[in-house]
Amino acid sequence: MHIDWLAFTPGPSLLGGVLLGIATSAYVLLHGRILGISGIIGGLLRPVKQMWIWRIVLLLGILSSPLWAIFLLDMYPVQIIDAGWPAVILAGLLVGFGAQYGSGCTSGHGICGLSRLSPRSLIAIISFMFSGFVIVYVLRHLL
Amino acid sequence: MKKHFSLLSQYLIGVLFGFGLMISGMSNPQKILNFLDITGDWDPSLLFVMLGAVLVGLCGFYVVSKRSQSFFGGTLHLPAKKEITRPLVIGSLIFGAGWGLAGFCPGPAIVALGVGHLKALVFILGMLAGMEICERFFMSKAVQD
Repeated sequence: MHIDWLAFTPGPSLLGGVLLGIATSAYVLLHGRILGISGIIGGLLRPVKQMWIWRIVLLLGILSSPLWAIFLLDMYPVQIIDAGWPAVILAGLLVGFGAQYGSGCTSGHGICGLSRLSPRSLIAIISFMFSGFVIVYVLRHLL
Repeated sequence: MKKHFSLLSQYLIGVLFGFGLMISGMSNPQKILNFLDITGDWDPSLLFVMLGAVLVGLCGFYVVSKRSQSFFGGTLHLPAKKEITRPLVIGSLIFGAGWGLAGFCPGPAIVALGVGHLKALVFILGMLAGMEICERFFMSKAVQD
């Protein structure tokens, strides 16, 4: 194992993590729900009248966050997408299917699940980290 | 009035969540892939994101566990399921494969759509299709939460 010290950003990552924790906590304290992004997106496919609007508003918050970052903090988020178009389509299908079938994603199982000390979420995290490691190993080192 | 305040808080929580993803670096697919690349030049930053998020989250969920309803007076909708099921494991394995393929998970993809990346739009459409396929053809067999 070799750590890439130049890419490693413990400070900003810890700070960003704390913000994610605050958002997650605020959500469950104020609204009584798990802040799981895949669940909130999935809920749009089967709209329930009152819930549809708050799901949309929450997603609009995330969607518009880069604009606030640019205007308020002069921070332009760096996003480098190396994957080609076919890979992006396949990745979307797998992520959507997997999150629905496995009842959660990196936010619902990852952040909320660990914070609730949920054994189910721990198993989910181990599972998706494992297959993530395997796929990246195959793509970067075997092919 | 309370309803408007509730909606405003939904929006602000969304913005805060987006800031968390951007500042932590997790909205960048390349950084996610560098974390998943444990045998290459490894970037362990995501562990620090989880550390920060879970330390705060533990406090938040501890307070919730002592309450019978939310601060806005609504009922609590927390997952009650305890069993480790086959769909949980298989679904998560499939999710991880997609995550490792492009470096996107649902939250960061929405941030990337806000920045204007066309690939994020395609990813999200694929994700909605994947969810719909699962819901239509597989969910009747799986026990839903």
